[in-house]
Amino acid sequence: MAKITVEQERCKGCGICIAFCPKKVIQLSKNLNPKGFFPAELINEKECTGCAICALMCPDVAIEVYRQEREKK
Amino acid sequence: MKKVFERPKSLTDVHFTYCAGCTHGMIHRMVAETIDELKIQDRTIGVSPVGCSVFAYEFFNFDMVAASHGRAPAVATGLKRSLPECIIFTYQGDGDLAAIGTAEIVHAATRGENITVIFVNNAIYGMTGGQMAPTTLIGQKTETTPFGRDARAHGYPIRIAEMLATLEGSSYIVRTSTHNPQNVRKTKLAVKKAFENQLNNKNFNLVEILSTCPSNWGLDSIQSLKWLEENMIPYFPLGEFKNI
Repeated sequence: MAKITVEQERCKGCGICIAFCPKKVIQLSKNLNPKGFFPAELINEKECTGCAICALMCPDVAIEVYRQEREKK
Repeated sequence: MKKVFERPKSLTDVHFTYCAGCTHGMIHRMVAETIDELKIQDRTIGVSPVGCSVFAYEFFNFDMVAASHGRAPAVATGLKRSLPECIIFTYQGDGDLAAIGTAEIVHAATRGENITVIFVNNAIYGMTGGQMAPTTLIGQKTETTPFGRDARAHGYPIRIAEMLATLEGSSYIVRTSTHNPQNVRKTKLAVKKAFENQLNNKNFNLVEILSTCPSNWGLDSIQSLKWLEENMIPYFPLGEFKNI
């Protein structure tokens, strides 16, 4: 279980996260943000692995990544 | 769920003024993360240049000085010599460092100043509207070379990293890129090493980072990353040129 959050006001919709996402679970939103861009959003939380490649490549540092902690045996 | 990636504390909440897809933002993040990891936020002073990154003092959450065009290494020299316990770095583009500031950077390197230079090379003047820079590739179309850069008329692109690596005073000179996740990670390691060298009182450190300019190249953000890989890397080879 993992997910990303994209800060909608900060995103400029450049699409770099979408191009590099290995699971292809990010797309551009249909709604404009206050800057006038279509921001990126996560579309399939089940498939997201939290690899953080999107956040690594995001030029606006708009992505935060969350991952489920492993249970200690 | 546990947060595994967030904005570094050394970045303010101000939104970047860069165009969509410009890799300046990635490089800002890597510098800020490095400063967080080395726990030197309270004693770091950055020198911002003239160019697209002129507002770097708004984005970094530590002390910054704005230098006049190309003079960042000279200002950094003064800061480091008067405040030797502080960590001083300059953040410069290719118009700033490789054109008007060539004398400053060459002499800062040859004096072996203990500073870190982050040199962002995108082969064009960004802020002023896409004119030819000293690093513009042969054949590349810009506002001032509408038929492509011609070596007979405009000379050849300058390779700063190779040039500075020949100087005795430099200790770490490396060229990296931002066109894919692997190279972004390598860039982060190089930036960190350049700051660690300064903490270890080595000489001059420079990281040249190949970057994109989607607006002035006339490409979208993904095409720009591809253009960088296919056109810039053959002329500006990646790698360490000096590490002592």
